[in-house]
Amino acid sequence: MNLFKYSAPSIFYPLAGRLATGFAVAAVLLLVIGLYMSFFVAPTDYKQGEGYRIMFIHVPAAWMSMLIYVVMAGWAAAGMIWRTRLSSMMASALAPTGAMFTFITLWTGALWGKPMWGAWWVWDARLTSELILLFLYIGYMALESAIDDPRRAARACGLLALVGVINVPIIYYSVQWWNTLHQGASIKMSESGGIETSMTDIMLWTLLIMTFACWCYTIAVTLTRVRNTILERESKTVWVKEMVQREEK
Amino acid sequence: MAEWFAMGGHGFYIWGSYAVTALFMVVETILVVRRKRTLLQRLGRMMRMNSEVE
Repeated sequence: MNLFKYSAPSIFYPLAGRLATGFAVAAVLLLVIGLYMSFFVAPTDYKQGEGYRIMFIHVPAAWMSMLIYVVMAGWAAAGMIWRTRLSSMMASALAPTGAMFTFITLWTGALWGKPMWGAWWVWDARLTSELILLFLYIGYMALESAIDDPRRAARACGLLALVGVINVPIIYYSVQWWNTLHQGASIKMSESGGIETSMTDIMLWTLLIMTFACWCYTIAVTLTRVRNTILERESKTVWVKEMVQREEK
Repeated sequence: MAEWFAMGGHGFYIWGSYAVTALFMVVETILVVRRKRTLLQRLGRMMRMNSEVE
């Protein structure tokens, strides 16, 4: 099966539509379940009481902010290596959602830090590198809108994304390399290969469901955004005209 | 109910976090979906215009 067939916008467009709808439904379902568990199933924390419930959006958002950046850099690299414009479009479609999750991470982190640490913001290794990640996302989007020619924009943004990718492991390992106010990873791969965590099972499952919900949300929104970009750039092609006619009826 | 809402005194922080997250996710979805609709409408109008000209 030749995967490159899907790099043609006309073939990718309908497929992305079906995927986006499916993932949107999954996202809503998982969010409802996850939110219900976050408030009514997950037990009160012995130390932080109810305040820890912010974890159920802070941690998934943080994971998403890092994961989306790596995926964005991957698509940007693919776009530059194989010159497939659709790959660069995917990278650009991911940036706004990645920036949103990064901001949510900083926001929920501050609202969790205030009652627990007594400060909205601390120039801590983890918080600072996450802030840099937000600037990288905003820089990517600004650079893209500053360059008119999509091909040159893809190249410039690709380079920025690839240079910035080093920041993601820095964020992830910051809590181990420097003694940070931010706590260490609460989910680790234990030597025996299993997952080692200090959380109760219910908390862990609630966290995982919220994380999958964020994955589905990101896929649905990103695919819809890339379809919009395709419509804009391919508006003069025959297949877009036929498609619009079909949808008009 | 009010007692539950207070979240053991952390209500402000918890609802402040969840409300902003919900706001951002809803607004982002609305923006993307609305942009799709306007694009399709514009393409439709352009085509009708072109077909009248021919």
